[in-house]
Amino acid sequence: MLSSKIKSKKTSLNNQNTGYYFLIPWLIGLVSLQIYPFAASLYYSFTDYSIVRSHSFIGLSNYITMLTSDSLFRKALKVTSIYVIFTVPLKLSFALFIAILLNLRVRFINAFRTIYYLPSILGASVGIAILWRFLFNNQGYINVLLSKINIGPINFIGSPDLAIYTISSLAVWQYGSAMILFLAALQQVPQELVEAAKIDGAGRIRVFRSITFPMITPILFFNLIMQTINAFQEFTSPFLITGGGPIHSTYLYGLMLYENAFSYLKMGYASAQSWFLFIVILIFTLLVFKSSTYWTHYQDGDDF
Amino acid sequence: MVNTAKFQRIFLYLFLICIAFIMVFPLIWMLGSSFKSNTEIFSSSSLLPKTWNGFGAYVEGWKGVGRVTYNTFFSNSFMLVIPTVVLTVISSALTAYAFARFKFKFKKLLFAFVIGSILLPTEVLIVPQYIMFNKFKWLDSYLPFFVPAGLATYSFFVFMLLQFIRGIPREIDEAAYIDGCSPSRIFLRIILPLSKPALFSAAVFQFVWRWNDFFNPLIYITSVSKFPVSLGLRMAVDVGEMVNWNQNMAMGILSLIPPIIVYIFALKYFVEGIATSGLKG
Repeated sequence: MLSSKIKSKKTSLNNQNTGYYFLIPWLIGLVSLQIYPFAASLYYSFTDYSIVRSHSFIGLSNYITMLTSDSLFRKALKVTSIYVIFTVPLKLSFALFIAILLNLRVRFINAFRTIYYLPSILGASVGIAILWRFLFNNQGYINVLLSKINIGPINFIGSPDLAIYTISSLAVWQYGSAMILFLAALQQVPQELVEAAKIDGAGRIRVFRSITFPMITPILFFNLIMQTINAFQEFTSPFLITGGGPIHSTYLYGLMLYENAFSYLKMGYASAQSWFLFIVILIFTLLVFKSSTYWTHYQDGDDF
Repeated sequence: MVNTAKFQRIFLYLFLICIAFIMVFPLIWMLGSSFKSNTEIFSSSSLLPKTWNGFGAYVEGWKGVGRVTYNTFFSNSFMLVIPTVVLTVISSALTAYAFARFKFKFKKLLFAFVIGSILLPTEVLIVPQYIMFNKFKWLDSYLPFFVPAGLATYSFFVFMLLQFIRGIPREIDEAAYIDGCSPSRIFLRIILPLSKPALFSAAVFQFVWRWNDFFNPLIYITSVSKFPVSLGLRMAVDVGEMVNWNQNMAMGILSLIPPIIVYIFALKYFVEGIATSGLKG
């Protein structure tokens, strides 16, 4: 009798409408602030939309212009690729390396973790971007230090060859968030497995390659996707540190989108460019997802 | 053998301390510079000021640009960020509760939207959103920040809270239901109190991200009297970069203090929250 009561209660708890009541705010947001803008931006990308005058449908013109005659678009694409290819692997390998060190039963682990994570808390702010500008300035602190050992001054911000790496160093400095995730994953690797392998005569490197690393691949996968998406969208640091210069050597994609949409008010064109970025990110994510069956290892194989 | 192990240990700690120093030295230099004279900043290799310049840079810097002082910038930042954080946490918790505890039609599809919008670059949405907010006459107000937060569009937090709520044993709320508790009461009396660590870390992340946010204020806020700290700081630097180095450093330091305080107070929850739910950043 009790069990039938529970059953009937359960079905009413699972009443369709109850779930939807709680979803109302999210559903309104989903439709009005995500799905509608998503569709609208696709539509705008086929128009010459500008907020100051009426617009007309121009078909694929934006895309054709972008791909064939916009040299700044090509420049931004090149600069962004360099930025992503340099920043993401460096940041992730540094994060993993530090996480491995911290996982060696280090004492004061909380203190180290707190300090290493701090830059990730502050990283994206205006204050830090200004700090970077002053640090790497021609007369900045880094150059003052270098002059003590008779090097430089090195033009970290003013040189078209170096500026992109200066921007990148700010992102790498924020490796803390990726590191914390790696560390959490490392701490979940069953010690029995490691011990067993050691008894079987496996050295440290072998244990890492055959046990630890496969076990943390799901987190590597997550970090890789999130960090890459973030890197593709970087805006604040190039905007504030270099302004995209010198000679567009730090003209990242996000900066170009901002200028086209909000400085030149070419919103249709910017929409087309944002869709291009979306497709690039989509292809990248799909490739990583597809390939992940070969290199990620899930213990339960099941989620949601 | 024991000696090499001990040596390795010492080397490890030295290395970790070195890394820690590299991580914080830009901040120490920034703090030191805010107490240096302008000539000392770009000539001295010492992190800390040789001649103590006092709080002059702070007092002068605080006066801001034109007639607007940092009083205004800071109170604007709090007025913008705090409601945004509260709205984000409430709306995300409601949404996460629905996904975690109820069966409904199209649940899989709707959940795919949650994940999809985490991966969707914001650039794709920003132009139409701007055009829409412009039509609503919301530009130069904080509504473009409050409304999206209240409608749970920060999907990352929905996902984070969802993961946490799924870890709360279902038996607890089923028992409460049998005792006559309505779903809303279960949410308020059981799910919310039990999710405190996750709600707290969501609030901390959102506070820090919104406080640091530069892009959204840049496009939505145009009058200086409504500028949050991020915009005020950037304006001050653009106006006075070549003269007021120490003032810029001083105001830069002040702008970092609220996130640092929140981070330190939240450390305990923070690490748990990150470890259980994952984090971008």
